[in-house]
This record gives sequence, C-alpha cells and structure tokens, in this order.
Amino acid sequence: MNAENNPSRRQFLKASALVGGGLVVAFVVPGGKRLAFAQEAPAAAATLTPNAFLRIGADDSVSVLLAHSEMGQGIWTTLPMLIAEELDADWSKFRVEHAPAAPVYASTVFGMQGTGGSTTTWSEFDRYRQVGATARAMLVQAAAARFGVEASACRTENGAVIAGSQRATYGELADDAGKLPVPANVALKAPADWKVIGKPTRRLDTPEKINGSAKFGMDVQFEGLKTAVVARAPVFGAKVKSFDAAPALAVPGVRKVVQVPSGVAVVADHFWAAKKGRDALSVDWDLGPNAGLDSAALLASYRELAKADGASAARKGDARAKLATATKTIEAEYHLPYLAHAPMEPLNCTVRIGADQCELWVGTQFQTIEQGAAAAITGLKPEQVQVHTPFLGGGFGRRATPGADVVSEAVHVAKAAGLPVKTVWTREDDTQGGYYRPMYFERARIALGDDGLPVAWDHVLVGQSIMAGTPFAGTIKDGVDNSSVEGVADSPYITGLADHRVDLHSPTPGVPVLWWRSVGHSQNAFVMESLVDELAHAAGKDPLDYRRTLLKDHPRHLGVLNLAAEKAGWGTPLPEGRRRGIAVHESFGSYVAQVAEVSVEDGAVRVHKVTCAIDCGVAVNPLMIAAQMESGIAFGLSAALHGRITFKDGRVQQSNYHDYPALRLPEMPAVDTHVVASSEKPGGVGEPGLPPIAPAVANAVFALTGQRLRTLPLALAKA
Amino acid sequence: MKLSVNGIDHDVDASNDMPLLWVLRDLIGLTGTKYGCGIAQCGACTVHVDGVPMKACITPASAVSGRKITTIEGLSADASHPVQKAWAELDVVQCGYCQSGQIMAAAALLQVVNNPDDAQIDAAMAGNLCRCGTYPRVRAAIHRAAEIGKA
Repeated sequence: MNAENNPSRRQFLKASALVGGGLVVAFVVPGGKRLAFAQEAPAAAATLTPNAFLRIGADDSVSVLLAHSEMGQGIWTTLPMLIAEELDADWSKFRVEHAPAAPVYASTVFGMQGTGGSTTTWSEFDRYRQVGATARAMLVQAAAARFGVEASACRTENGAVIAGSQRATYGELADDAGKLPVPANVALKAPADWKVIGKPTRRLDTPEKINGSAKFGMDVQFEGLKTAVVARAPVFGAKVKSFDAAPALAVPGVRKVVQVPSGVAVVADHFWAAKKGRDALSVDWDLGPNAGLDSAALLASYRELAKADGASAARKGDARAKLATATKTIEAEYHLPYLAHAPMEPLNCTVRIGADQCELWVGTQFQTIEQGAAAAITGLKPEQVQVHTPFLGGGFGRRATPGADVVSEAVHVAKAAGLPVKTVWTREDDTQGGYYRPMYFERARIALGDDGLPVAWDHVLVGQSIMAGTPFAGTIKDGVDNSSVEGVADSPYITGLADHRVDLHSPTPGVPVLWWRSVGHSQNAFVMESLVDELAHAAGKDPLDYRRTLLKDHPRHLGVLNLAAEKAGWGTPLPEGRRRGIAVHESFGSYVAQVAEVSVEDGAVRVHKVTCAIDCGVAVNPLMIAAQMESGIAFGLSAALHGRITFKDGRVQQSNYHDYPALRLPEMPAVDTHVVASSEKPGGVGEPGLPPIAPAVANAVFALTGQRLRTLPLALAKA
Repeated sequence: MKLSVNGIDHDVDASNDMPLLWVLRDLIGLTGTKYGCGIAQCGACTVHVDGVPMKACITPASAVSGRKITTIEGLSADASHPVQKAWAELDVVQCGYCQSGQIMAAAALLQVVNNPDDAQIDAAMAGNLCRCGTYPRVRAAIHRAAEIGKA
C-alpha cells in the first residue's frame, strides 16, 4: 500500500513529522522488551509472543493487543480479522485487549499512540496482517522441526499445522515457536485468497456488552479508590478567588476538598457523596476575560470579520474580478453553531500515584499524550506512567485532547489529595466543559456561466482553529489550519475552476475547541452540498444531474452518487408530502453519497429513510461499515435537527440531554447502506458517513418547502 | 436499608436520598447499570423493579427497599434472555455504554407486549439514548427477540 497517495495520510504525515515522533516504528520486539511493558499478569508459560501485538497461548488462545481504542467503531473486531486472515487460527479462540501505552504501539500515521481521523483500519491494514503472517511462519517453522519435514511440506488449517498425517495445534507449538528468530517481511496473501477480509463478521466484544460485564472508565473500582467531582469555572478562563470547603466537608462520605488548576475538587467515598459535597461547596470566582461571551454577538463579529481578506487557503486566477463582471451570481451566507460531543459515558479518569510509578485508567483516544501529561505533573518519566484503556463509552474526538485536559486535572486531584482518585464529570460538566466543534460563519459568492455551471468561486470561512495553541500548532501553514477548510479548499467543485479563492479567518474568542466527528467536514459538507444544490436550482437543473456534470472527472464521487441515487429511486414518485435530497462528500479517504427522504410534520423535519453509498476501498468488515454509516447518520442528524451550544453572559446555556438533545430512536430513519466493491486501498469509515446527512436533509427540505435553510439545527420559518 | 437485587439481599448503608443507581454501582458493586445523565433523560440507568422498567438515577434506593430489583447482570445467568440472544445475533452494540439500559427497556417491553409493532417500540424505547446510533439494530433486535420468545 503506497501511503503517500492517500491525501488524508499526507496530512497526518505532515502533522506527525512536526510533532516530532518517528513515523515508522519497528513493530517486532524481542520477547523480553515486550514483557517490560506488560502490566497485566505475566503471559502464561509456553506462549508465543512474536511481537507486541499478538500472544498465542498453550491453550490455543490467540490474544490480540490493540494499539488503538475501541469506542464503538468496531476495531476490536476488525483488526483481529486482519491478523486472522494471515494467521489461519480458530476465530473462536481470539481474545482482545487494549495494549498498554508504549512506543511500539504508536500509530503508523500519527507517530504516537492515538485513535482518530478514521485512520485505524487503513493505517494498520498492512501491519496487523504482517503480525499474523509472521506468527504463522514461526509456527510452521516449529512444526517442521518437530515433524522432521521441510516447512514447505506443512500447511495450516484453523489453528493447527499439518504435514501428511502429522498435526500439531498452535498452542502445542507455541513454546517451540517462541524460541525461533522472528522472520522479517513474510509474504502476505493475495486478495484473491482472502477468506476473512470482506466477510461480514460479528463483533467480538458483544458478549461482555450485553451482560453488563464490559468495563468502562466509569466502572473502575479497587480497594481504597475515592471519587472526586470538580467545581470548575462557570466561564472559560475563570479563576478561583476563594472557596469555603466546610459545607462540603460536612457531607457524610466527603474526605477532602482540594484546589487544583481547573477548580476545586471534592473527594469522597463515592460519586453521590462527592456530588452532594460539590453542590454544598461555595466557590468565589474571578470570572476573567470571557465573562461577556455571547453567541449572537460572536456571530455578528464573525460576519464582520468575513468582509476582510483572510489567510489564503486556496487561490487561483482572480475570482473577484470574474464575479464583478458576471451576469449571474449566487451569494449565500451559512452559519453553524458550537457543538458538544456528548458521548454517553461522561468524561472520567482514575489515577493512582505511587513512589515511582503512576497508573491511569482512562477511556482515551490519545494514550501517549495522557502518559506525557501525567509524567510532567508527577515528575515521573513517561515509561513510569501506565495507561490502562478500558472500553470507551463513545469518543467522537472528545477523548482525544492534545492538552490532556481530563487526565491532567485528574492527576492534579490525586496528587493534591494524596489518594487514588477517580475524577468523574457529571453530564452537566461534560456538556459545559468546552472543547466544542467550533462555530462557523461562511460566505460564498459564485459566478455562473450561461450553462448554469460555476465559473468563479469566492468563499470565506470564519471559525476557530482547532490546532492553534496545541502541540499540533505546527500544522498551521501561512495562517491556515487545514482542518478548518477541509471539504472547501480541496473541494472538487472549487479546485477545478480557473478562478477561485478560499479565505480563512481564525478568531480566538476564548472557547476551547476540538475536533468533533468528521472535524472540518462536519460544517463544510453542509455548506458545500447545500450551495451546490442552490446552484442546481438556480440553473433549473435536477440536483443529481447537476452534480453528475460537475463531478464528471471524479469517478469515485460519481460512483457513490449514482449508486445512492439508483438505490434510492431518485426521480421515481414518492408518497404525498415527501421529497428527496441528495449529497455527496469525500472525507478521510472515503467517498459517501446519501439520499434522504423527508417530510415536514407539525413544522418539524422528519427523516424517513436514508440511502447511503460508500466507497471505502477494500471493505474489511461489511457489517461494521453498515453500522458506522448508521452511526454517522445518527450523529449527524442529531446535529442537523437538534444540537447547538450557545453562550450568554459567558456561560454555556445548555447542560444536559433535555436542552442539548440527541436523536432518539423514534426519529431514526431506516438506513440502507451499499458498499462499492473496490480493491483500492482502504479509506476511513468512522467519520465519512456523517458529513452528507445534514445537507441531504436540508436539500430535501428545500424541495419540500422552498425554504433554503442555511444554518443548523434546521428550523423552518413559521407559515 | 435492605435491597433485594437479582435475587440476593443486601444490607446497605445509604442516605435516604441516594439514588438506586449509585447504591447499585458504588455500594453493591454492580456496574452494569450506567450513569449517562442523572435526570432520567437517557435511560442508561434502566433497571426493573418488580418487572417494571425504572430509571435508577432518580429513584431513591429507599423507595424500592423490599421490592424485587433486577439489573442487567440478573436478566439471565448466561445471556440466554431472548433480548440478549437477539442482540448477539444482530450485532446491535457499538460502544456498549447505553446497551444495558436498552436491553432492560426492551426486555420490559416484551414482558408486557410479546410482539410489539414499530409504534410500540418507538414509545417504549424513546427514553433510551444511543449516541452511536444503534437504533436500527435495536428495533430489528426487538422484533427478533419477540420471535425467539415465541419459539
């Protein structure tokens, strides 16, 4: 797989080069070194440990160590499938665990241990297959020696090596195989020989997730562990002036009240006592510079800012000159609100600090970052910080903070308390704690030719930079944070035009922001696919045909567009009161088109059905792909119909699921997913299903009502 | 106070206002029932009290002393409940955090309506949020569980 051709990978390669991490990490380590990382019970005797990712036990068990975090996206199953393809072991004997935090587990893309950007499956596509092939080669070698035959006389079958009438299971061979030198560059199977990759495969983590035994960060328990709830700034940047701990300490079960950089922590025997203690606490805050933060005022300031030239994200020819003389132009302003991730499991982190080591239990997407933060605060070396990753109750990007906010605070709490502490965020804390998808204002002016097609495009975006002020700030080039403009600056609708410009303003209003599932695509796909729909209607053309024309030189966009339209029955009659909307968008290496079938009932938008087509290159697990398309659609629909974080007098106005609603089961449309058969290298699947849904729905709403909604959440004007 | 959970009696020392959710998780040590919102908006804390689904986050433990409480851990000894079987067959879960609540709510529905239609599923399951979007498979699995239950 040629990494350089994948544009998403190129972005991340740039990112990780500047972060300073090594890009390619030797994954084969001698058994001795690997045991030094282990914090679980030492590996059972007679174990083959060909590398840090795989352990084969004397009992024929196959233990896969995941370098990435399972947060619902299914890598707990998909990555072992890659090993299974080459290893030829009994699938029923596979066990999975999250790997510890260690350099060998660094992502081949990020240069550090991390999960995100829809990179896991494609970035491990080669490495995990190599893991399986290497182990198989060693087992065959061991069997050949035991059988007294050449390795070429041996074959494998479902966890056993066979030569003629001789047979030995992988478990029987593990000890001998473990003594062999680890071969390099073992050949992988040809795609035509795949038996596992591409097959719908059920999840390996289902049993523990349906009987209550799956452990999340919230569930960590051990003798002596206390629970803390932190009183944090009501306004971003506020500082503690003074506090009265007495009322909190009077609550039964409360043990300590300690100040930390982010606020005041109430440490108690259990959550309920800690929460009551915090409710009783009185804290006097110096509200600081953001006390007047107001979303409406902020939006107005963004609108003003958009009038000036920004940093150039894309420029060719002279779009403004062309627009000045064009006979037909379309001008539109779009704006989208801040969004919270709101994963079902509120944030939390358990910390136990010892004399020469620190242990973290945290559902994190960023093990290396958390390890480094804990080391810095405790004065230990990173190698002395063990990170246990339980299952994540949803991540969506919130559990990947470059500044390690959750872990840093939790370490400070444990350090100040002198006790092992699980710091828990309430749902209110989680909703109001920042690190939002930034608010955006965008203005586009597009000149149309006589044929109704765009000839010049002038686009301004205003939104906070996610990378600024973080260890990834080095990825910002000439004032442009690529994650702000992705989906616009590289849009096939724009880049092909002789005259285009994309400008970016990156204001700094003091709100912590972060990547939210699909990052820049989350707002930019809504803008672009709505704009193209506006152009189509202005040109009097069918939105599907119009896009076909614009995308004629983009076969993979066309492929999913046509597939979704065909399967949705685009152009065929619909029941009374329903219309279809279409959108197509590329992100994270994959191409997705969606057709949404929508009605309006009592002034509310109702989505009945979504037909989704995805081209993600080689499809490793079709079941997981369908699940992730449904997932992205649900997450994106929540934002399209409900989600907004607003500020007034410095404070976040929303606090829980009653005023920051998420999509509920009755609102979920039926979803049909069609996966394009492809032998292209795998693209991402975790995020690409999200960007098209909001514009597909908004485009259907336009077709139905004639109202062009240029902001989310969608709100129809009263009749 | 005395609480009967999954057929076992517990004597717990909890304040009268302590929600059942936190007694289950932090005093008894049953962590299968989850905290998602604390205001009965998300359903992750759904348990059965005398077979009736309740949100444990707003139910004071003291109010259900002496009643029969069932949590996800007690739904079956071996994932043999028709809802659990259907969940496994149809690969419902993703991150899994909401799923204890989903399963308990679904099981409670099937106690009362042994072959629910989509409108009944909508009504019964509207209180259980899932941020991963497993809804289509939740719905399909409830239909499948009804079939399994009939067999």
